[in-house]
Amino acid sequence: MFNYNFRWNQAFNSLPQMLEGALVTIEIAVLSMMIGITVAITLTVFRLSGNRFLSAIATTWVEIARNTPALFQIYMVHFGLGGFGIHLSPYMSLLIGIAFNNAGYLAENFRGALKAIPDTQTRAARSLGMSSGQAFTNVVMPQMLRIAFLPMTNQMVWAILMTSLGAVVAMNTDLYGVTSELNARSFRTFELFAIAAVIFYLLTKAITLSARLLAARLFRY
Amino acid sequence: MFDTALTVNDLILLAKGAGMTLLVTAISVFFGTILGIVFGVVRYQIGPWWAAPMTFVLDIFRSIPLLIQLVLANAFLTAVLKLKMSGFAVACGVLSLYTAAYCAEIVRGGIESVPLTLRRAARSLGMSWGQDMRNIVLPLATRVALPSWIGLALGVMKDSALVYIVQVVELLKSTQILITRLQEPLFLLMICGMFYFVISFPIARFGGYLEKRWSND
Amino acid sequence: MIEIENVRKSFGPLEVLKGINLTVPRGEVLTVIGGSGSGKSTLLTCINGLEPIDSGKILVDGIEVHAKSTDLNKLRQKIGIVFQQWNAFPHLTVLENVMLAQVKVLKRSKAEAGAEAEKQLKHVGLGDKLSVYPSRLSGGQQQRMAIARALAMSPDYMLFDEVTSALDPQLVGEVLDTLRMLASEGMTMICVTHEMKFAREVSDRVAFFHKGVMAEIAPPEELFDAPKDPELRQFLAATH
Repeated sequence: MFNYNFRWNQAFNSLPQMLEGALVTIEIAVLSMMIGITVAITLTVFRLSGNRFLSAIATTWVEIARNTPALFQIYMVHFGLGGFGIHLSPYMSLLIGIAFNNAGYLAENFRGALKAIPDTQTRAARSLGMSSGQAFTNVVMPQMLRIAFLPMTNQMVWAILMTSLGAVVAMNTDLYGVTSELNARSFRTFELFAIAAVIFYLLTKAITLSARLLAARLFRY
Repeated sequence: MFDTALTVNDLILLAKGAGMTLLVTAISVFFGTILGIVFGVVRYQIGPWWAAPMTFVLDIFRSIPLLIQLVLANAFLTAVLKLKMSGFAVACGVLSLYTAAYCAEIVRGGIESVPLTLRRAARSLGMSWGQDMRNIVLPLATRVALPSWIGLALGVMKDSALVYIVQVVELLKSTQILITRLQEPLFLLMICGMFYFVISFPIARFGGYLEKRWSND
Repeated sequence: MIEIENVRKSFGPLEVLKGINLTVPRGEVLTVIGGSGSGKSTLLTCINGLEPIDSGKILVDGIEVHAKSTDLNKLRQKIGIVFQQWNAFPHLTVLENVMLAQVKVLKRSKAEAGAEAEKQLKHVGLGDKLSVYPSRLSGGQQQRMAIARALAMSPDYMLFDEVTSALDPQLVGEVLDTLRMLASEGMTMICVTHEMKFAREVSDRVAFFHKGVMAEIAPPEELFDAPKDPELRQFLAATH
């Protein structure tokens, strides 16, 4: 039917390199989520602080992250910061770009989650003598993270998919980068990217599944 | 205001890029939504078991980087099938299916949000399936689905930045071309970012407003 | 001793406390009755500083609650409060609910806090629910847990804000029994309540609030059997 010679063997020979790339992809996604969650919690506290300056910073961050393409954000980190004389490696640009995006979306998710937690929870904590900081970290935040767990899982899947955007900053060690380099040498575009697609698919399924298992362990209430 | 080497021709290039971004988005959202509604209704109608193969295929579009979808589709259509297809056509095709995959979920969620008792009431009044769908399900499901759909449409606009990979010169790509030539990354990126923001921000706010308003009653 | 001197408080244009004067000595059980909007619940939240006041002052053991120099977090350790909505922390087990503030605020060790929590939970009859999450408890049980949580901070005063109002009728009894037990143990208590029978039984004094004013205060026999204030008479007639 096709007069195209599929050369799967040749492509499969590259599998070890691609799997190594997949490890880098996972690493970037995990790190970007860790940074993203930490920053998102900070932005959430900024928004709750009542301080105009701090909440303006948080709002600006969230709106830029949500209203411009992730590709643009990574580009900005790499080439835009270059305008200030800050030159980051492709790895760092990609990591920071994804973390920036994660933080913005997660902060918005956290805000939604907070709406589901009644004010009386804070009131009860304060009435026991807890400071507002203690009430937030011990009473509000754990509930917030639980409510936002599903969106956090989705964002983790996004983070995995976003690593492919490293292409624009010449990132060549992650799964997408490795695949494109192999492609530049062998031109087996379809075969190579089909394998990459399957690996990406399995990665995202593994995340969804392990998140489900983790949730069952973490949230017993 | 800015000391820049940007010429009128460069601005035209950017404007063309912006036009391409909007065009690709409009086409993809249009066809993606139609397909998504069909998939969503079918999926709801035949039940999760029979719809499993379709669900599986649609899920693939949401589990693989869009960039790879574009590369694969392009390679398959032009190298494997040896079709003469423009990058623009490939971009619109892939983005439409990508949109449809998300839209189907939104549609299904919308239909499922309509209480079954309400639909039974409609049918017991003698309404046909079509009448029930049109007069009961459609207006109620729209309230649930529209805010998400607005988010999806804006998401597609932002994701359309990736079609540069199939040689479509949209806004971000045209910005990149100018950056390489003029070496003014910060200024040019700001213009590009502003464009996305100015379109996305107010529409996203409007979507949020609708969601808030409709969830109250 | 809790001393309330000429306290005024408004929410916007609505004045909910119009100059309240009241002294509650140690060991007293005071119940506060009155219609909704009478300001009785607001007074409780002012006593532990959850609400600011507009004028006047509230002294707890001589410390002015609303003075800027007062460490409210420290003061609140002396004053336990239980609300109409029990506010169990849903992500913590019953035992952890009662331990949390002890560990974070009183800096007790986990072992110490755990032992105290267990003691208080047994005291309110929840000794068999230690490792259960609050969502598995009935409203009455959650409310008793909230009482144990406040008691575990070893407070000198306990404030109860309509603690039975949100409960199903059949669960009211168990919570009132817990309050009776505390009263009999000599705890200083201010209870805002709609339970007249309970008020008559346990109180040393009963105060009647009406439209932001403390219209009458007297020992229960006197207040219930020979009410002087016309509004109180009407209120009592309506509740019987």
